[in-house]
Amino acid sequence: MANDPIHQFQITKLIPLEVGGVDLSFTNSALFMTLTVALTAGFLILSTNGRGLIPGRLQSISEMCFEFVANLLRDSAGSEGMKFFPMVFSLFMFILVSNLFGMFPYFFTVMTHIIITAAFAIMVIGTVIIYGLMKNGFGFFKLFVPQGVPGVLVPVIVFIEVLSFVSRPISLSVRLFANMLAGHITLKVFAGFAVSMIGAFGAGGFALAILPIAFTVALTALEFLVAFLQAYVFAILTCMYLNDAIHPSH
Amino acid sequence: MFISKALAATSEAAHGGGHESGGNFPPFDPTYFASQLLWLAITFGLFYFLMARIVLPRISSILETRKDRISQDLDEAQRLKDESDHAHAAYEQELAQAKQNAHAIAQEAKDKAKADADAQRSKIEETLAKKLSQAEAKIAKIKNAALAEVGTIAADTAETIVKELIGGKLTKAEIAKAITAAGK
Repeated sequence: MANDPIHQFQITKLIPLEVGGVDLSFTNSALFMTLTVALTAGFLILSTNGRGLIPGRLQSISEMCFEFVANLLRDSAGSEGMKFFPMVFSLFMFILVSNLFGMFPYFFTVMTHIIITAAFAIMVIGTVIIYGLMKNGFGFFKLFVPQGVPGVLVPVIVFIEVLSFVSRPISLSVRLFANMLAGHITLKVFAGFAVSMIGAFGAGGFALAILPIAFTVALTALEFLVAFLQAYVFAILTCMYLNDAIHPSH
Repeated sequence: MFISKALAATSEAAHGGGHESGGNFPPFDPTYFASQLLWLAITFGLFYFLMARIVLPRISSILETRKDRISQDLDEAQRLKDESDHAHAAYEQELAQAKQNAHAIAQEAKDKAKADADAQRSKIEETLAKKLSQAEAKIAKIKNAALAEVGTIAADTAETIVKELIGGKLTKAEIAKAITAAGK
């Protein structure tokens, strides 16, 4: 089953664990979550350990990550949004690093499982709803009634706004999941073509296999971009939704 | 050929590939949902905790310190610039003062020299005027004396002439009377 493009998403138990009939095993997915956290947190902590006034290379990377996410959040949600900075920063770094981990052959990509992205999306939307209601009370529902809409259109607009709000967690989770899943399947399929060609045509297949290999190389570059871009998109959408919770009137 | 092979592999995995999962597509397989959620909660929770408690405050304080340091350095630079400006202004003022002083000293020396010269000249002029008046007085004295002699000579001459001409004898008093009358 070397060519099976789905095999890479298979979850395998590493340390079996079952509590009350529920399977809570430490799986390859859990292993890569752990690696993501260990590498990212380890890097961020060690690189800033010196607290250099003039940053070294590694400290510069940490500061760049910090300022990148901080500017993202401040630009879309204002300085009030900075109380959510740890959440947005953690989300961005976790998704980015786990996606980049996924670029290694034979490594597991955590974000190719919808349950993970859905959990993140529900966490974000849950934060938006809870904070929005806590801060604005009933005024949070102004989010669904844009100002300056003629009276006749209000029910229609409200319906559309509610629908778009409800679809947010779905689009947020599916976008990330589908991008990572599709990218990895495509990579595997193209790489699989090369193997199939060699299998089918023998020596001549090697010459033919150059084409899918070239495609695979190009797709790998694209997947690196997607790995970053999806983390960025997730973070910036989180910022925009948080902005709705902080300033609900359009 | 290869495409269909790959597709076959895909569909095989999708329909009958799963071993423990009852043939589900692994990303949608609910068998491990609970496990994934648990480990996500543990790892992401830990990550969030580390970020919120250690990393972000630390980087934030690093950036803050740097910002403070830069603005402090800029202030210091501004202060030093002001100081040097002050020093320059003081130097300019000092220079102007010195120039003025030099000018005053020169003027004073000039005035003094002029006054000295004037005094000397007036002294010399005075001396000269004194000598002149002395000389004039002497001349006047000599002139008077000479004029006085003239009377006597006239009297003598007259007496002699009279004697020679008329052989008469005249007293001096008569002659003087006659001369004085002639002089009138």
